[in-house]
Amino acid sequence: MASASYSPRTNERGFFLQTPASSEKLVLKDGTVVSGKSFGARRSVAGEVVFATGMVGYPESLTDPSYAGQILVFSYPLIGNYGVAGKRSWESSGIKVSGLVVSDYIETPSHHSSRQALHEWLEDEGIPALEVKDTRFLVEKLRDRGSTLGKIIMDNDISFFDPNQENLVARVSTQEVRREGRGRKTIVFVDCGAKRNIVRSLLRRRARVITVPWNYDMFQSKIPFHGLVISNGPGDPKAIRETIQIAQKALARNIPTLGICLGNQILALAAGGDTYKMKFGHRGQNQPCTLVGSRKSYLTTQNHGFAVGKIPRGFRTWFVNANDGTNEGLIHERHPVMSVQFHPEARPGPEDTDWIFDYFLKHV
Amino acid sequence: MSERPSRKPEKILVLGSGALKIGEAGEFDYSGSQAIKALKEEGIRSILVNPNIATIQTSRLLADEVYFLPVTPYFVEKVIEKERPDGIFLSFGGQTALNCGVDLYTRGILRRYGVRVLGTPVGAIILTEDREKFANHLKEVGISIPRGASATSLGEARACAREIGFPVMVRAAYALGGQKSGVAENVTELEAIVRGALAVAPQVLIEQYLRHYKEIEYEVVRDRFDNCVTVCNMENMDPLGIHTGDSIVVAPSQTLTNEEYHALRSISIRAVRSLGIVGECNIQFALNPRPKHGPLEYYVIEVNARLSRSSALASKATGYPLAYVAAKLALGKALTDIENKVTRATRSFFEPALDYVVVKIPRWDLGKFVHATERIGSAMKSVGEVMGIGRTFEEALQKAVRMLRIGSEGVGESPVRWTKSSLRRALRIPTPNRLFALGEALRRGFLLSAMHRLTGIDPWYLSRIRNIVTNETALQRKKTFTKSEFLWLKQIGFSDKRIGTLVGKSELAVRRKRKLLGVKPSVFQIDTLSGEVPARTNYLYLTYNGNHNDVSPLGPGGTLILGSGPYHIGSSVEFDWSSVHTALALGRRGRKTIVVNCNPETVSTDYDMSHRLYFEELSFETVADIYEFEKPGGVIVSVGGQASNNLARPLEKQGFRILGTKAKDIDRAEDRKKFSRLLDEIKVAQPPWSAFTTLKDAGQFALRVGYPVLVRPSYVLSGSAMSVCRDRLELREFVGKAAAISKEHPVTISKFILGAKEIEFDAIAESGNLRAFVISEHVENAGVHSGDATVVYPAYEIGPDSENEMIHTARKLARALRITGPYNIQYLLREGKIYVIEVNLRASRTFPFVSKATGVNLPEVFAAALFRKSKSITIPHPNYAVVKSPQFSFARLEGADPVLRVEMASTGEVACFGRDSREALLKSISASTSFGQNGAKAALLCLGGEKHKRKFIESARTLKRLGYSIYATEGTCAYLNALGVAAKRIYKVYEEKRPNVVDLVGGKQVAFVVNLSDPTKGGEKTKKRIRTDGYFLRRATVDSHTPLFTDLNLARFFVKALGEYGREMLEIRPWGSYVREKKIL
Repeated sequence: MASASYSPRTNERGFFLQTPASSEKLVLKDGTVVSGKSFGARRSVAGEVVFATGMVGYPESLTDPSYAGQILVFSYPLIGNYGVAGKRSWESSGIKVSGLVVSDYIETPSHHSSRQALHEWLEDEGIPALEVKDTRFLVEKLRDRGSTLGKIIMDNDISFFDPNQENLVARVSTQEVRREGRGRKTIVFVDCGAKRNIVRSLLRRRARVITVPWNYDMFQSKIPFHGLVISNGPGDPKAIRETIQIAQKALARNIPTLGICLGNQILALAAGGDTYKMKFGHRGQNQPCTLVGSRKSYLTTQNHGFAVGKIPRGFRTWFVNANDGTNEGLIHERHPVMSVQFHPEARPGPEDTDWIFDYFLKHV
Repeated sequence: MSERPSRKPEKILVLGSGALKIGEAGEFDYSGSQAIKALKEEGIRSILVNPNIATIQTSRLLADEVYFLPVTPYFVEKVIEKERPDGIFLSFGGQTALNCGVDLYTRGILRRYGVRVLGTPVGAIILTEDREKFANHLKEVGISIPRGASATSLGEARACAREIGFPVMVRAAYALGGQKSGVAENVTELEAIVRGALAVAPQVLIEQYLRHYKEIEYEVVRDRFDNCVTVCNMENMDPLGIHTGDSIVVAPSQTLTNEEYHALRSISIRAVRSLGIVGECNIQFALNPRPKHGPLEYYVIEVNARLSRSSALASKATGYPLAYVAAKLALGKALTDIENKVTRATRSFFEPALDYVVVKIPRWDLGKFVHATERIGSAMKSVGEVMGIGRTFEEALQKAVRMLRIGSEGVGESPVRWTKSSLRRALRIPTPNRLFALGEALRRGFLLSAMHRLTGIDPWYLSRIRNIVTNETALQRKKTFTKSEFLWLKQIGFSDKRIGTLVGKSELAVRRKRKLLGVKPSVFQIDTLSGEVPARTNYLYLTYNGNHNDVSPLGPGGTLILGSGPYHIGSSVEFDWSSVHTALALGRRGRKTIVVNCNPETVSTDYDMSHRLYFEELSFETVADIYEFEKPGGVIVSVGGQASNNLARPLEKQGFRILGTKAKDIDRAEDRKKFSRLLDEIKVAQPPWSAFTTLKDAGQFALRVGYPVLVRPSYVLSGSAMSVCRDRLELREFVGKAAAISKEHPVTISKFILGAKEIEFDAIAESGNLRAFVISEHVENAGVHSGDATVVYPAYEIGPDSENEMIHTARKLARALRITGPYNIQYLLREGKIYVIEVNLRASRTFPFVSKATGVNLPEVFAAALFRKSKSITIPHPNYAVVKSPQFSFARLEGADPVLRVEMASTGEVACFGRDSREALLKSISASTSFGQNGAKAALLCLGGEKHKRKFIESARTLKRLGYSIYATEGTCAYLNALGVAAKRIYKVYEEKRPNVVDLVGGKQVAFVVNLSDPTKGGEKTKKRIRTDGYFLRRATVDSHTPLFTDLNLARFFVKALGEYGREMLEIRPWGSYVREKKIL
């Protein structure tokens, strides 16, 4: 049985009632107010409200640094089912979302790997969470109006806050250079708020990985390496000029490069392309991407609010989204320089595109 | 290579699955129908072979030609020879179609006629069906499978089991729905199962038994460009060991982490790619909940390279039309070519994201059978299923419980009473009532850990059920609740009625209070993408875990149509056919149709059969909620079977408008007293009857009218809902023990008229005027339930006078009951005298049968009648005949006695056309039994009583003339030999000499068995208590899949048909060559 303790919260009349309290609510910039029931840390928080449609993988999503500054709404209603496993299964050092909104919080987790219940983890990390019944209403609203600013209010009101105004990448990127693994090939990994499974995926393929901060210039420090990977991360790619400049240096030297998610946008900007903010991003585990020039499609995990618009010269579109036709990847016409908008490292989500790592390393 | 694009086929043969039976039911009407729709869209002609006349796929609106013929290699080859299709679909008709197709392929028939198998290559199908080869294949691609070995004899099986170690799982190869499989804890149990399995299959597989592992399923589709997605994953709440068809199944999985979910997903895809599947595939896993070696310990336990029950469920659970997509893929399309029919904005290459949870619960009917064992396990026994949708697990689960219609309003209301020991036993040994045992145990304070140990059910589910039970207890104690508490109770799935019971108020009082407080359900769409993309879907459900509606009401232009609910014995696909055809007919007349149904095996719950589909309960509360939201012009209750019809009164009483016959008039036909008075008034005869509250009065009445009598209790304690009693003793036995008799529970007793013919009269009336009618006749005498009877159209033994009288009576009834819509009269005919035994003011079981037999689509006439535009239709006497035969599933129900009684036992039906009734009967018997398949030319006769022997002697002579050898038991043998019919003596079991009847039948040495019980001996009480010699014979017959005749009339009719038609004389003609559809509109 799960190790998490079971703590039923009945009301004085014996019902396991989840009464929404008027003091616990989600407020959107447009004035929408949704009452809820708190099950995380008791504090107010403001950020950008986004949704994700995956049905599994809440620990992975909550620890994904790309969600920094965001209040995450899960469209799948039952959250907390299998508790929270140990740190090694997380995608970063801890919870990265600003706040969490679900429909039906399950406080009786059951799983052999569970170390604590979700509400305990949220409390420990100081992250507020709300149970509101009609999360579908929020999803439909965000879908129609686009991602919006919002705040979770517990007792005291606070002002709205736009996380895209600040350099989120600087907040979630690593502060130090870290070396891992052994192998013939050395990969420099630019951490803009990376999910751990990217490094795990490289290490599994016997690469040496040197993880560096988002603004670290490895050309200046002259560390020897064979290939470059630019990670995922939160916010507007145009806000992180230093990373774009590093990518430009790599391009000038024809260094084998792989960009992932934010890395796709950085590569595009570095090569002279352009990016734009989408009305609402892709945040799910069922995004279909077609390999351009083939009949092959893959299901991918995605979590982005910006996309590549103008394709830079020398590059061609590698993948497109089979639903809305947006860019899902770039590949250089002559050099081993490529990027994908989706997450080949999955976690959460389907593992269909982990071959991208093999393909890249073959060209390093 | 299947990857090579090829010429587009012009004509495709689709194989159906035949009659509904346990393990192969309505799900294949859904899959076949979608496949044919896909062909239609592509402009390809479709030819369907399926004798199941009650299905929607065998309607004019789908296939271009339908052959109502057995889905067996012999008949299908003949159809191929005649039709010359260039392609064939094997994966939409269950195991029946697959086995037939594989046989035609391996014997080179398909190649000879140039018929291409479309979709998954046959080689892959054959591989997945041979357990040993398949195990090796999976091992080669690095996929774990349980330790196991195959055996072809008892000795080999013993050796295998010893090597693997007990307990072991035994399965038969090539069998539907896990037939003849089971868990053996020791050698004795092993021998029993292996013997059974080897009777139906040449090979058994003995496997390591993975006790209390989780059971997880994935539905995978793959196109010929190697694109692959898993459309749905599902978790069985019941652990491994219970057939998935008999398990409570939840989608999506609830207790898997991302790592587990996606690891199993990747393995599913790897397996499907390695097999080269093109289309759909189901894969089932066993997952260790407490892995010892690494994070993931799994085994693949089953792969179905075809559409299955699970894929139908997955389709309805997600909104992804799996069968339709599979058909398109088989034609060579890519997943990205096919539009997502639900969103109409995205492609079919995606995996649905759900923002709700679904719970499927099977529906069993084991109580309908004498001697059937209650325990459920690795062989499927359920006859239907329901699916509840909610945004909490509790909401979905409690909805599903109510959808079953077994008299329970929720998990906390058990249909059976529990003692301390029966409760513990039910936790340990699963039965259909285990879910309620869980609720009861939690109420009594059992610890979750103890319950988990006993049941193997994950504590996650037990915690959710505890949430229901605890709140119920709190409510029961407080008797009052605040608005937010009320809302909360609705959010965890409590019905108004259940809340009422717990606080001592009526359902209506609770409903009034709920509306006063403004507690209303939200209408949500199922859109496959969790709201991420605006979808134009019409697929809806209700939830209290919401605050808005996704759609706006249709208003007075809408018509609500109540569907069939779960299939069970007595209510099946025929009511899905009736509701779908009524919806389509009304749609053609410009109505916006709103269908309500909760059965995932149906076509009515497909996305394109109505303007709106509520996948919801067919309860008063839910229908009233939908009505109040949609504000339609009215509701039709008369096409979904009896349960829907029962809602007429409560709905009309609350001011909802019933379309067609008024509730008051329905009541006049259903209330026996009122109906009897009405019959007297309009001077129509009926068998004498009366209702009683004491046994003494009942006995006196029976004595006066004379035994036998038909006894119908209003409250049943166990077993049968009605019974024929031949004497006082039987009456005492039945009323005293099986049923209750009291002021609250009166018992109805009517004179049982012996030797009478039973006639079905199906009709439509408008404003009390008869518009169209069809008369068909039972082969068996009255006393065999009409659902178990062989029915012949046109009626063949009633004279013109009787016919006129029946029509005249039907007119009188229509007028008296002011009928607008369908009705069915059951007449008895004895010595020229007509009696009415029952009138149902709704579409009957025979509705699709008579519609298809005559070409007059009765739902169309009904729709016209609703618009006051129906015309009187005269149906000319046909120059062909149609015979409907019941399909029994006794072989699947261990121990059940295969006898026909007043209570229905069949699970499905077939019907075939012929030049005359004998030709049609021979076809339909070949379709509902395995007649003609074992090649034996011998019959076993066991004729009880002098009358049976005398009346069968001509038939015995016919058999001899046809070259049959006759085996007979002692008395029968002596009788036959004395009259010059040579018969070989065979021993009964109790004689303890060999060879006995069981040896003979088990050895598949006879083509069929005639077993007629002596009508002067025994009766209901002996049938219940004692396993007679006849029982062992009947059981051995069904266990060896040998056709069994237990009715004199049918047996004689069958032999007569054999005498007139050899198999090669049976005409291979499509439906359209017999009957053309009459225009109604």
